[in-house]
Parts: sequence; structure tokens; C-alpha cells
Amino acid sequence: MEMTQYLLVALVCVNLAYLAVTRLITLTRITAVQGLLLAAMPLAVLGPDPHSHALILSLGVFAIKAIGFPWLLARTLSRLSGDPVVEPYLGFNLSLLSGVAGLLFSLWLETRLPFPPGLFPPLLFPAALTSIFSGLALVVARRKAITQVIGYLAADNGIFLLGVPLAQGSVWLELSVLLDVFVAVFVMGIALHHINKTFESIDVGRFCSLRD
Amino acid sequence: MEWLGLSLACYLIGAICAVACGGREAANRLGPAGALAGSLAGLAGVLLSPASAASHIVLPWGLPLGAFSLGLDPASRLFLLPVYVLGAAAAVSGASALAGHDACSDRRGTHWFFFNLLLLGLSLVMTARDAVCFLIAWEIMSLAPFFLISLHDDESEVREAAWIYLVAAHIGAACLIAFFTLAMVQAGGSSFETIAAAAGDGRLTAPALLFLLALAGFAAKIGLFPFHIWLPEVYPTAPSHVTAVMSAGMINVGVYGLWRALEMLGPPVAWQGWLLVGLGLVSALFGILRAQGLGGLKRLLAYSSVENMGLVCLGLGLGLVGRAAGDDAVAMLGLCGALFHVLSHAAFKGLLFLCAGEVLLVVGSVRIAHLGGLAKRMPLVGGLFLLAAAGIAGLPPLSGFIGELVLALAMLAGLDLPGLLPKVGMAGALAALAAVGGFALAAFAKAGGLSFLGQPRTPAAAKAQSRGRLAEAPLVFLAVCVVLAALFAPALLSLAGQAALNFPGMDLAPARAALTMALATTRTVCLISAALVVLAAALLLLRNRLTAAHGRRAAPTWGCAYTAPTARMQYTAGSFVEPTARIMPVPMGMTIQLDMDPGLFPARATLTVATPDAVKNRFFTPIFEAVARGCDALKVVQHGRVHLYILYVLATVVALLAWKL
Repeated sequence: MEMTQYLLVALVCVNLAYLAVTRLITLTRITAVQGLLLAAMPLAVLGPDPHSHALILSLGVFAIKAIGFPWLLARTLSRLSGDPVVEPYLGFNLSLLSGVAGLLFSLWLETRLPFPPGLFPPLLFPAALTSIFSGLALVVARRKAITQVIGYLAADNGIFLLGVPLAQGSVWLELSVLLDVFVAVFVMGIALHHINKTFESIDVGRFCSLRD
Repeated sequence: MEWLGLSLACYLIGAICAVACGGREAANRLGPAGALAGSLAGLAGVLLSPASAASHIVLPWGLPLGAFSLGLDPASRLFLLPVYVLGAAAAVSGASALAGHDACSDRRGTHWFFFNLLLLGLSLVMTARDAVCFLIAWEIMSLAPFFLISLHDDESEVREAAWIYLVAAHIGAACLIAFFTLAMVQAGGSSFETIAAAAGDGRLTAPALLFLLALAGFAAKIGLFPFHIWLPEVYPTAPSHVTAVMSAGMINVGVYGLWRALEMLGPPVAWQGWLLVGLGLVSALFGILRAQGLGGLKRLLAYSSVENMGLVCLGLGLGLVGRAAGDDAVAMLGLCGALFHVLSHAAFKGLLFLCAGEVLLVVGSVRIAHLGGLAKRMPLVGGLFLLAAAGIAGLPPLSGFIGELVLALAMLAGLDLPGLLPKVGMAGALAALAAVGGFALAAFAKAGGLSFLGQPRTPAAAKAQSRGRLAEAPLVFLAVCVVLAALFAPALLSLAGQAALNFPGMDLAPARAALTMALATTRTVCLISAALVVLAAALLLLRNRLTAAHGRRAAPTWGCAYTAPTARMQYTAGSFVEPTARIMPVPMGMTIQLDMDPGLFPARATLTVATPDAVKNRFFTPIFEAVARGCDALKVVQHGRVHLYILYVLATVVALLAWKL
């Protein structure tokens, strides 16, 4: 149980780190770290089980979230020429503050939501929700399309985390989430390529020219 | 029921095959084949089962709400009949119209996909026995025509018509969703039986509101005044085979829905009946007067649909008035007349639209000013158009006359209702019905006479030629249906009678007696008509014999003894109705502008005849413009910054979580 708590605290730190870094390549590395932590979660939460579902799940998550996505993102990044710096709409300090606000809101929400007792290990719900909020904050507060992809990924990781304790004995839920994310990143990769080609930049601010 | 399942499966397979083929020629074979097979299977299902039988089936359904519950009873069967007949005819006609390569040939796959979907939706609506299932089928059925209408969407008129259709369909759907949701919540269940039982116990708190919601929702589909404005915009622009299905199968779905709603809402109140009677008469008179003033064949037919649906609504209203007064003879005759008129209108209108479609394909226009003399060049199309026109104008021996006769019988029986108001109302309605019949005759004399008789007004009309057997086969099929409907009018009337006998609360003894009386009258009419037809044929034969001996001399039609008559000396669409337009300028809405130099021999003169729809221009257009202005003001939130859009979502989620916890 203690292991879970350490992992969750680390996850919360990673979530806040998303909002504080200035370089895109660091952002992709943080994605890898979050994937690694998430891969450890099923083992820690579900514990050793006879059919080694948790182990398979962990390996799958590790392969996709800790290696696959970060590699894809890094590759995309290297192919997109341009400034390797995160361009914020909202300053780094304010972003970090909004992340902390999200954490506080999640902690408050946990006290208000009626959960069945014993469903979530302590801290898991706020950690997951913080992940969702920081992901969305990243989407909202950053200018480049690649940060938006990373933001969606972080938000999806939060949803995955919520699903971990619910998946005792079956992996269908997780597989569906993985597939979901896989498709999202796949589409995003293609979309990024096209955005870059069409607008000669991945600055989503230029989408304004698409309105009526 | 098995046939129904087979028919639905055929439609589905046809739809999928068509969309899979895309723009290839195969889509134009597989799509119509699916529609044809589905329609024939459905037709077999409707005709092979006994007329009074009712069956019911509940299938698995993945949704938490409602049930996938389908049923077939006399009313469903009666309304499905025109769908299948027209579906089959329109599939063949459409396949021949879309054959070959033109600008839209790459869209044939999707076109046939939605065509099959429309037929599927229509079949489901008319068999659904659950409010949720009904609404879903209703949406399928309402959305598919939008894509069908916009086949030639490179023309701005077509795009506008498709939008008008979509808006009209969804104003109706909004009322229906409100109606069914209110009824479901109050009844505590979504099946039609539950709602009807709740209405019977008096558990529905606001039946008047429910009635008005249902009426508004279904009237938008039927095209009753003032919801008729989409018909004259959509019918002229949609492909003709689509229009045929829409005018003969789809707008009936509104009547069917109204019928089910009336069944569900329990014992009617007199004002509801009189409201329907009034609405029906206004629609009928307005529709036929407008139809008379128009110069476009398809638009004229669209307004004629408004008129005929008005008559159907009049019949339903008479039924309610009769039920409310406890006089089941009036109720039975009114309902029977309405249902019978649905059937005969479908056959005539389908045939008329397919004929108009042939004219459009051959001449390139359906404006009467561009036509003329087509009966000599396309004798079959011309003959069938005139046959259907005679039928829809209510001329005996065709079934249009029988429908109006039964309605008149209902009104005559209604003269005996107690109280002064019903007597005055019935007498007024009878007079209005007679006037509608007269105006309809004038309108179709104009439509048929000016388009098909006389001399061609344009070179295109002069060069017109029939498109061959395949194109004309669906017309002949429908014409056979029209003739059969005339020959077997009593059988069709008893089919309508079976459905009307099932109307809740109907006292069977007087209802059956009224039906027997109507059947006897119909048989007499049929006999007299048959005798007249035989007499006319004999006289024609005699005349031919007598004239053959002396030889014949041909002269231009309506040559009027001029030495050099021209096509421009013929009646035009405007001049034909000018006397009527002068007597009744308001309902016809015809504006005549004569701009002429002064003096006895003016060098320059222009005459402009226009027939704008006042309901659309003065009522709906200002409302929609105001709504559009309001929506434009909201565009400040649509600034194009994606991350702010996501901020909206995030803020909403946080606000909802914080608000409820």
C-alpha cells in the first residue's frame, strides 16, 4: 500500500512539472516518466495475482506509454523544425499556480463525492483528477499544437489511473483506454503534420483564420 | 411480420451495398435493387396477412430507454401500402433517371444509401409501438430526405430548399420530442399502450397541451397551413423520384403519427375536432387557390399536396367531432374518408410527380411557359398525367372522387348532430369541400391542359421524345395501381374501415352500419361510373366509325381559324387563371404588373405575373431573420482560438462539479 502512495505523490509532482518546464524535449521526457509511473500502478494497486493480469497490463502500459508515445513525440519534435521552446499564453508561474489549484480542487472534490468504501486507495482519486486538470491546463495555456497533444495525453493518463482499481480481474477497460490513446496520438501525429504543412507552424493561434 | 423483417433487411443491405460502391455504376443498380426488393417484400407482407389481424414483436435493444417494439395492425398496414408501392416505383424510376454520367454521378452511392434509409425509416415509424423507438425512426426518416434533396447541391436553390426542409423537419421534431417526453414522464412508460392506458385513467395532466404539441409536430410533416412552406420549396428542387416518395409516402407519416397520437390521447374533445376541421379547410382552400396561380408544374403539385392533406385533416377532424358528440356514424365516415383519401392521394401524386420528372428530364424544365403540346410527343406520359390529374381533381370514376364522397357523406350525417354550431359548421365545411373540388378541377385543367395539349412553346418542348420502356415502366405500374384503386374502391374502403373500426372508443354497431352504407354508395357510384365509361367508349367507337367514312382533316390545336396561329397566342399559366385571381386576390397572392407606354398603340409593354407566398415572406422570414441576428450576436464566443474553446469545456466541467457537490 505504501508503494502506491509514493507512486501517487510522484505522479502529482510530475503533473505539476508539466506546467513548469520551458523546453519541448523536456516535456516529452516527462511524458515518459509519467508513463513509467503509470506502468507501475497496476502492480502496486492490484498486487500479485495468480493470472498475472497486472503484470501483463503493466508491461503493456510500459511499452506504450513509457516508450512508444515519448518516442513518437520526440520523433515528431525532431522533424518539426523551429524553436524548441514551449510558447505559453499563460506564464509559467501562473500555470503552476493553476496546477496547484487543480490539486486543491481535486482534494476538496474527494471529500464531497460519495465513493463506495475501499474502491480507491487513498490519494488515487485526487492524483488522477490533478493529472486530468494539468493536462487540460497544458492544452489551454500553451501555444503549440504539440503541447496540446501532450496535454491530451496527460489528461488521458488521469482517466487511465481512475480505471486501474476498477479493473480487478479483467483488462478490457485498460485495453480500450490504451487503444483510445493510441488512436488519439496517431490522429494527432497526422494532424500535427498537416497543421505544420498548412499553416507553416504548429501555433494553434493561427487557426483563427479558419473561423467564419 | 417475417415479410416486414425481410423488407427491412433488404433496405439495409441495399443501403450498405450502395454506399460501398461509391460513385460506380454498380451503386445505381444495387441501391435501387435493395429498395425494390425491400418494397416488394413489404408489399407482400401487407397484402398477404388478413386485413384485421394485428401482430407484435419486441426485439433486443441496447438502449436503457424504451424498447425495440414493432407491430402491424390495420392502420400501420394501410399507411405502409403507399410507402411500398411508391418505394418500388420510385426506385426503378430513379435508377433510370440517374443512369449514365453527369455532374452528380459520383454521388449515386450516398444517394441510394439515403434513399434506402428513408424507406427503412418510414417502415420503422409506421410499425414502432414505443415512443423512443418511434422518435429514433422519425429522426432517420426526417434526416434522410435532407441528403436526398441536396443531390444537385451545386445549385443555390437546392441548398436553400434543403435547409428549409431541415429547419421545418426539426421544428416539427422538437414539438414531437416534447410531446412524447411529457407523455412518457406522466405515464411512467414509453410504450404506446402504457401512454394510452394512462390517458384512459386520466393520469395525463394537460391533454390539451399534449394535443397541441402533437398537432404542431405532425402538421409540420404533413404540410398543413401555416407549416406548408417547405413543400413548395422542396418538391420542385428535389429529384423527381425522391419527390414522389416524399409526397406520397413521407408526408402521410404525419397523418399516421397524428392518428396514433389521437389514439393515445383518449376520448377527444369537440374543440380538437373543430380545430382540425378548420385547419383542414383552410389548408385545402389556400393550397388549391395557390396551386391554381402557379406557373411551375412541380410547385403546383406541391400546393395540391397541401390541399389534399387539408382534406385528410378535415376527415380526421370530422372523426373527432363525431366521437366527441357520441355519433359514431359521423366519426366512422370521417375517419374512413380521411384514410381512403390518403391512399388515393398517394397513388395520384406519385404518378403526377414521376410524370413531371419525365417532362423535366426530356424538356429540361417544368415551367408551363416552356411546355405545351407534349401529349403528341410523349403520348404515354401525357395520357398518364391527365389520368392522374383527373383523379386528383376528384373526377369520377377514379378513387379521388370516392374519398371526397365519403367525406361529404360524413358531413351530411353530421348535419343531424345536436346543436346549432355543428349544423352550421358541417354545412360550411360541405360548401368549402365543394369549392375545393371545383378549384382543383380548374388547377389541374390548367396543369394538364397547358403542359400537354396545344402547341409547344419552346424548341425543347417541340423536340421532346419519350425516354423508352424502362423509364416508363414505373409510370405504367402506378397507373395500373390507380385503375385498380378505381375498380376495387369498395375493397380499399373496407380496408380503411378496418383501420377506423380500431379507433379507441368506437361503438362498433353504428360504425359498421355507417361503413356498410358507405360501401353500398361506393358500389353504386362504381357501377354508374363503369356504365358511363362503357357508354363513352361506345360513343367514341361510333364516332370513329362514322368519321372514318368521310376522312379526317388535321389542324393545329386551338388554331381558332387563324390563318397563321403561333404558340404565343395560346393561354399562358398566368392568363388562364387571371379571372380567378381578380376575384380572389388575397388567398391566391397573385400580383400582376402591367408596364405599358401610354397611347392607343403602345410601343413597349411588359407584363409580370408573380405568386409569392405571403405566409413565408411576411411571417416565417422575419422570424428567422430575427433569430439569425440573435445568433450572430453570439459569434463573439466563436473567435477561433482552440485553446479557449477547451477552456470553455474545462470551466464548464469544474463549474458543474463545484455546483452539484
